Amino acid sequence: MKALELKNLYDDFRDGKTIQAYAKRIAADAKKLKRPINIMEVCGGHTHTIMKFGLPQLLPETINFIHGPGCPVCIMPKERIDHAYLLAMQPEVILVTLGDMIKVPGSRGSLQDARAKGADVRFVYSPMECIAIAQAHPDKKIIFFAIGFETTTPMSAVLIDQVIALNIPNILFHINHVTVPEVMVELIDSRDVHVDSYNNQIDAFLGPSHVSVISGSKIYEKFPKAYGRPVVVTGFEPVDAMEGISMIVKQFIEERCELEIQYKRVVSYEGNLKAQALIEKYFEKVSLFRWRGLGNVPDSGLKLREAFDAYNAEVIYRDILPIAQIEDHQLCICGDILRGIAKPPECTIFGTACRPNSPVGSCMVSSEGACSAYYKYGNLL
Amino acid sequence: MCLSIPSRVVNVSEDRTMCRVDTMGVQRDANLMMMAEESIEVGDYVLLHIGFVMNKIDEAEALASIETYREILELMDEEERRQAILDDDHCENR
Ligand code: SF4
Repeated sequence: MKALELKNLYDDFRDGKTIQAYAKRIAADAKKLKRPINIMEVCGGHTHTIMKFGLPQLLPETINFIHGPGCPVCIMPKERIDHAYLLAMQPEVILVTLGDMIKVPGSRGSLQDARAKGADVRFVYSPMECIAIAQAHPDKKIIFFAIGFETTTPMSAVLIDQVIALNIPNILFHINHVTVPEVMVELIDSRDVHVDSYNNQIDAFLGPSHVSVISGSKIYEKFPKAYGRPVVVTGFEPVDAMEGISMIVKQFIEERCELEIQYKRVVSYEGNLKAQALIEKYFEKVSLFRWRGLGNVPDSGLKLREAFDAYNAEVIYRDILPIAQIEDHQLCICGDILRGIAKPPECTIFGTACRPNSPVGSCMVSSEGACSAYYKYGNLL
Repeated sequence: MCLSIPSRVVNVSEDRTMCRVDTMGVQRDANLMMMAEESIEVGDYVLLHIGFVMNKIDEAEALASIETYREILELMDEEERRQAILDDDHCENR
């Protein structure tokens, strides 16, 4: 991917030096830490940066990274991928989704496999492309398989808003949007249960910036207040990530526990209120969403409000969509990786049976998954 | 990875639902329906995500990051540069 090549230039260029300088500063600060700290970077973009620049090696051992579940493709459970597959196989359906979904294997295969069997599956750059597809194929049903965190949810809301406004009769939605704060709570709670045995709870979070461009930093307020965990909302450039980590370390040294924004150039406390209103208008919480590798997380998923059942593919096609949960491969330890209990190389099939081209588990699927980042930057590619 | 190169608004459609943006010399259309009416003007710097304007970027900050990207992009040939810019707001971690 070209974006990666762009990023690779950082290595030899100016940010390489800045990163080194930051690393030194963080290492100096870290000497003042009273105990080692575990920082969870929630977002796969941060995981990628951290692995790409070898930060675990660059930073002192007192700073440990726990790679979070922030990769919307990786967390999609097999049963929902099966939904996409089954819908795509209907003769009257054109299934439209975002590019990252192509390789993810469900129990019947991936969307790539469905396409090989003749299904009409299209990968678009923007959800709005559905409108042109629907107009070009009035005899077909266009099903938009929507994925993503708060960052992408309002785009799905704009699409349904337009479908209704323009009275387009043949676009339906299969919604798989998930929310970040709820899974953070789950990760804290489930780890605290094990805290005696693992003794390495999450001490602080690096919050993904793009989620907060939409939702504001306010969504993280409870973490310092009610859970005693600092959160620093951090941008995706390597230098942003380093500054975010540095801000967390400073909080520990100065014995502060706060919500801070590193990425002030776009993120505000309130976020984008119009986008939030659009989400509120069309979506409501589902009581449970099953995250691949993590299991059921209360209140962490969204669905279309009942008033929009006429646009809901899950309602219209309910007779062909199975509801049973499908477990992951028994050797896959993604759940433990996402909880920070294990690192990818501890998986017995890491790099052997499970590789980016033939992923067995979710963390290997997208280039932003933890196993995939370890594979790529552990010189296994 | 999302590098989030700031884009400058060069044109806003009459109904204010779309705009044309310039991302370091590459122009394309972006949807404005997620932004409050009247909040985006020609000349503003914005952050894009999958074809939508997500928010405004502080101008001074935007110019500083553009400078960084410019130096990086100078090392690429024309087609690579175009592709890198177009790929940039297609973040896998939404
Ligand atoms: S290497 Fe593959 S099977 Fe093992 S934990 Fe990672 S994704 Fe799962």
